[in-house]
Amino acid sequence: MHTPKNSIRVGTGAGFSDDRIEPAVDLAERGALDYLVFECLAERTIARENLTRLKDPERGYTPYLVERFQAVLPACVRNGVRIVTNMGAANPLGAARAVRREAKALGIADLPVAVVTGDDVADIVRKNPQLPLMENGTPVESLLPHMASANVYLGADVIRDGLATGAPVVMTGRVSDPSLFLGTMLHGLGWSYDDYAKLATGTLAGHLMECAAQVTGGCFIDPGKKDCDDPVNIGFPYADIRADGHLTLGKLEDSGGRLDVMTCTEQILYEMHDPTSYITPDCILDITDVEFAQESKHRVRVTGAKARPRTPTYKVVVGYHDGYIGEGEVGYAGPNALARAKLAEKIVRERLRARGFTYPEIRVDYIGMSSLHGMGVSGKGRPEPYEVRLRIAARSPDRKAALAVGFEVRTLHVNGPSGGGGGSNAIREVLAVKSILIPRALVKTAVTVEGTL
Amino acid sequence: MSIKVYELGHARAGDKGNTSNVSVTAYSDEAWRILRSQLTAERVMQAYAEIAKGPVTRYELPKLKALNFVIENALGGGVTVSLAQDMHGKSLSFLMLDVELNG
Repeated sequence: MHTPKNSIRVGTGAGFSDDRIEPAVDLAERGALDYLVFECLAERTIARENLTRLKDPERGYTPYLVERFQAVLPACVRNGVRIVTNMGAANPLGAARAVRREAKALGIADLPVAVVTGDDVADIVRKNPQLPLMENGTPVESLLPHMASANVYLGADVIRDGLATGAPVVMTGRVSDPSLFLGTMLHGLGWSYDDYAKLATGTLAGHLMECAAQVTGGCFIDPGKKDCDDPVNIGFPYADIRADGHLTLGKLEDSGGRLDVMTCTEQILYEMHDPTSYITPDCILDITDVEFAQESKHRVRVTGAKARPRTPTYKVVVGYHDGYIGEGEVGYAGPNALARAKLAEKIVRERLRARGFTYPEIRVDYIGMSSLHGMGVSGKGRPEPYEVRLRIAARSPDRKAALAVGFEVRTLHVNGPSGGGGGSNAIREVLAVKSILIPRALVKTAVTVEGTL
Repeated sequence: MSIKVYELGHARAGDKGNTSNVSVTAYSDEAWRILRSQLTAERVMQAYAEIAKGPVTRYELPKLKALNFVIENALGGGVTVSLAQDMHGKSLSFLMLDVELNG
């Protein structure tokens, strides 16, 4: 029988699908954690993984799943650290089976994995074509012929239910990022799903930790201006949460990076719009009264989170096929480099036009001058760079037209201005996303366990 | 005397769909006073004009000495469809830090 504790420690194991692996192993080994949470799903990951699953029904989970579990499972099993993750992507059941296979190879004969399903609502969306897109208000119907995925952001209640099975691992598809963390608190501290003061604190903790190193010195350093210790070995964060809602963030003493009021302030506003209304499936978080206080070098106390009741809807991310993007690059250096790059651009545009290709959008970058903030900013009274790399990219519903972009840049080597070097070209299929809201009552979730408890 | 935002505070950019948000956090009370009075939504819209259609909304967080700018139509249609190399707009925080104020 599960008894809630007075305090739990929750660590972050990954902040995105391709995140570093060593800091998670470090936390699992030395962090004295109760839970380790891996957030690995970007908006379009599930759409992409649905395509993988069509080719191989066993797959469709995030690419580094096996490597991550291989690295952290021994320490997690040894130290009793339970794992929560959305690495299941388009196939949580397949992911659970892959984890169990990996566990067996590591000598763990039967690792039970709780599997959360019900986030895939493609069938429900097809039956409700009138639902308006949040982006522009038009019905979702127009996307249906090209739809690759439709998944709701589930809340912390499914994580709580997964943990209640007793399985050491909870595997999900789409769950809102902070909810992955809040769910461990609902279960571990016995919090009520209607206690909004607690939901506020847990959601804020999750929001601060969901991007892993971004709160511990990652995405922060500006040499000479904002430095941190040992940037090579930036550690991931953990949180100590008490049943009464007392929250402290921490990182391991000898890990690299920094955790302080500055890193926390940057991260609390990351991907935040209106600070009074950060909407998750669990609550509407208000951070306007939040304050951070340094407790010791590696610990920050967090207070002041508030929340209003959750909305009656779930947000759905609809992934759909939206044509192709083709691109090519070539570099020029030395005297008159920019003029040669500009001539190259003109030649490519005219050759594409002569072949009969037109594009809804063509983008030209002079890398080193205008690829990030535009020529209007960087060209203003600043000297021309010694070298410049031309990049041309265009979108098209037609694969041939997209391919032609890189082709015409590539052929500049022999057929373009003098001294063009280091050409490259690529094409990719575009999986775009849009959002809708659906009533909660339409969504049916389930928790099953693979293995024997 | 003009002063760059870079001398007054630090910044971070995030993305949601086709919207970028850039936070600016003051280094000191004096810096906060200048940022709060001079780094207006209009000034930011002007700085981002070549990249974003806008509108720009500004939120104040006095307890954190921070401003949060929500810049709409800023990411070439959004991460998944953008033709830009920096499709998340991660570098947009340094465009904010390059803005000059009166000091």
